[in-house]
Amino acid sequence: MIPPRLELRAITKRFAQVVANDDVSLVVNPGEIHAVLGENGAGKSTLMKVIYGAVQADAGEILWDGRPVSVRSPHDARALGIAMVFQHFSLFDTLTVAENVWLGLPPSVKLQEVSDGIRRKAAEYGLDLHPEKPVHVLSVGERQRVEIVRALLAEPRLLILDEPTSVLTPQAVEKLFETLRKLAATGCAILYISHKLDEIRALCHRCTVLRAGKVTGTADPSQETTATLSRLMIGAEPPRLERRAAKVGGLALRVDGLTLPRIDKFGVALEAVGLDVHEGEIVGIAGVSGNGQQELLAALSGEDPRADAGAVQLFGRGIGRAGARQRRKLGLHFVPEERLGRGAVPTLSLASNLLLTRNEALRWLGFIDRRALRDQTSGIMRRYWVKASGPQAVARSLSGGNLQKYIVGRELDAVPKMLVVAQPTWGVDVGAAAQIRAELVALRDAGCAVLVVSEELEELFAITDRLHVIAKGRLSPSIPTADATVERIGEWMSGLWPGGPSMPTGPDARARAGEVAPPASGSAP
Amino acid sequence: MIRLEARPVPSLAMSVLSPVIALAVTVGVGFALFLALGKDPGRVLQVFLLEPFHGVRALTELGLKSTPLVLCALGLALCFRSNVWNIGAEGQFLMGGIAGGGVALWITQEGLGVSRWAFLPVLVLAGALGGGAWAAVVAWLKDRFNANEILVSLMLVYVANLFLSWLVFGPWKDPQGFNFPQTMSFAAATEVPRVVRGMRLHWGFAFALGAAVVMWVYMFRTYHGLQLQVGGPSPAAARYAGFSSRAAVWTTLLVSGALAGVAGAFEVAGPMGQLTPHVSSGYGFTAIIVAFVGRLHPLGCILGSLLLSVFLIGGELAQSRVGLPSALTGVFQGVLLLSLLACDTLVHNRLRVGRLR
Repeated sequence: MIPPRLELRAITKRFAQVVANDDVSLVVNPGEIHAVLGENGAGKSTLMKVIYGAVQADAGEILWDGRPVSVRSPHDARALGIAMVFQHFSLFDTLTVAENVWLGLPPSVKLQEVSDGIRRKAAEYGLDLHPEKPVHVLSVGERQRVEIVRALLAEPRLLILDEPTSVLTPQAVEKLFETLRKLAATGCAILYISHKLDEIRALCHRCTVLRAGKVTGTADPSQETTATLSRLMIGAEPPRLERRAAKVGGLALRVDGLTLPRIDKFGVALEAVGLDVHEGEIVGIAGVSGNGQQELLAALSGEDPRADAGAVQLFGRGIGRAGARQRRKLGLHFVPEERLGRGAVPTLSLASNLLLTRNEALRWLGFIDRRALRDQTSGIMRRYWVKASGPQAVARSLSGGNLQKYIVGRELDAVPKMLVVAQPTWGVDVGAAAQIRAELVALRDAGCAVLVVSEELEELFAITDRLHVIAKGRLSPSIPTADATVERIGEWMSGLWPGGPSMPTGPDARARAGEVAPPASGSAP
Repeated sequence: MIRLEARPVPSLAMSVLSPVIALAVTVGVGFALFLALGKDPGRVLQVFLLEPFHGVRALTELGLKSTPLVLCALGLALCFRSNVWNIGAEGQFLMGGIAGGGVALWITQEGLGVSRWAFLPVLVLAGALGGGAWAAVVAWLKDRFNANEILVSLMLVYVANLFLSWLVFGPWKDPQGFNFPQTMSFAAATEVPRVVRGMRLHWGFAFALGAAVVMWVYMFRTYHGLQLQVGGPSPAAARYAGFSSRAAVWTTLLVSGALAGVAGAFEVAGPMGQLTPHVSSGYGFTAIIVAFVGRLHPLGCILGSLLLSVFLIGGELAQSRVGLPSALTGVFQGVLLLSLLACDTLVHNRLRVGRLR
């Protein structure tokens, strides 16, 4: 019997506070396309880094062709025959395809040999690739082809692909799948990392599902439904919080036909996004990160004031072009996803960081009343259980969870009329998470309009009254959270709502939807 | 392999001691250097580091030397804290000197009767406008075209220098000056009032100290000052808070340009009393070192200026008394800056020898 190409036994990797991989075991056979499925932060990336030698596991064993090996660096991994295609390409725009590939090779190899090798490999797999073309003229799909051919030239025995389709059009995805199937037929094992259920069901022979660093199941994806896979990935449907129904008041925030071109090529364009948030309700936006959440949040907070004035309305007033401070004066507060560097300046004290969004301690001519500022800061720290040496502690010295509590507290304490929150409980402990959620619900009951953008479905199900899903820069219609199921939201997360970006309504519409397909940038934990 | 590894918590004592250690290292290196050059190291170090403090005249000269350094460094510290890399304080200094000198020259030529104290505010204003206008060019190009302020401000130094040369070789040349490239000596009424009769130290020194205090209050006690310092370390936080990065560019450049300009005007109407092609001995560039030696802190800038003044004066003394090459002043300054940066790095990081695990 042929031993498995790669076997992981009880791999465990701890970082300072989180267990990224907990007792993970995995078997990949020669010729097998094996999917690793999981939400962002489930530990997929860490696991791949362990295999590729970029990080070392704390415990567990790696077996290669049945023999235990130690992979101490990517160099070791390449020597074994492991190749990896990363989510973001590492190509120099100004060089040609062949020159880019040549750069990674030993100096003894001639450029002409590289060009010939590329041409041969491309022909073998039926790929359209010209070694002499400069990279800057290539489309995203072609660039990925360069990366794949570069990997194939090393004659790999295991190829790892990290979210390879996130930047591809549907046609390019089909082409990629053909190549991978051919490669697998030659006996190469393939590890395919993704959270896209339909693709995994179409391509992969087996699949290992990770949730919160643990393996929650191994399955044959072609035998499973999208629903059963998403249940493995996301978990059981969470219990609902006991709480009163929303007393919905007047319209607070209206987003109407918000369309924004992307800022750079790693961004996502927003297309005709529309949503309403009323006083006294919590509206949630679910979705896989990198589908336009960042862009939408920046357009709402005022960090990106490019929208038409009327595309974002706060209490009937067009604020699309207003800056963040103006919007805050009108009662719109925002908790960003990045705590250090955006929600707080790492090198400044908590007290100084309070002044980013609060100005109660300011006096005549902008002089800072230090005593008032200190008292205000201590008050927030007490109320939201922030553990730090005091108001003078610099933001950098706090743990992520404590800083999150402080930033959420800072905005809640302002008693906003409209609160926009991204990932409200990311990285905070269970007790604090429950407290933050309870505070959000209390704020709603006090008549504030709340918009929560989160990747944690469990959280959205627990606190929201209505749910939207964002995919590929477009927003689904809302459904009452009480009517939502994990299956349905999971499907919508792939853009599969009626009229959504992944619904095939014709060849043109399909291609267009594919063009705006976002790279899942920023999805790596 | 040698690696740097961030220390979890830098030691407070070491942070405070780091400049002292750096100074010790500099003295040590200097000792070895002078020994290798065949000079008596004790004597050279004494001339270099102690002579500048010897006597009232020496002390006032120290204050005189540090006045332009303090003023330039204050503005630069503000710029650098907001991530605006103005390295053209030298050019702003020269333009301030030209503006202040121009007004003084006009008063001299017209024979206007003014008192020194009445002229002082005019001089300060002229210097601030000259330097500020020169920095405004940098700010406008950066704001409008996103031009790199490092290059622009540096290039404008050369423009300012040539403009000064053109003036003193051309239209402003003293007709009775035997064709020397210099203006006529300014009228006594335009001179910056002296602190002590018979010494060159003028009230610009007090102005510089006052400016440092005002800058300290502005940086650490006002909302506006805080806003400027958010954009430097975390531009995303500045956008989140809604602090304008354009305002930061304009404010910091105008303030630093004006301060450098005032320094230039003081220098021209103070110890020089006329315009020559050599108004500055690199004060604007030395101030960059001062700003970093002073940890970009206004009060640190005062200490840094005094330290660098000791080096400048000590270097001159060492040349005349012990015949040391002038380049050594530069070498000595360089060693100091390098050891300061090294100490700083080692306070925040530790060295690890061995393979990466």
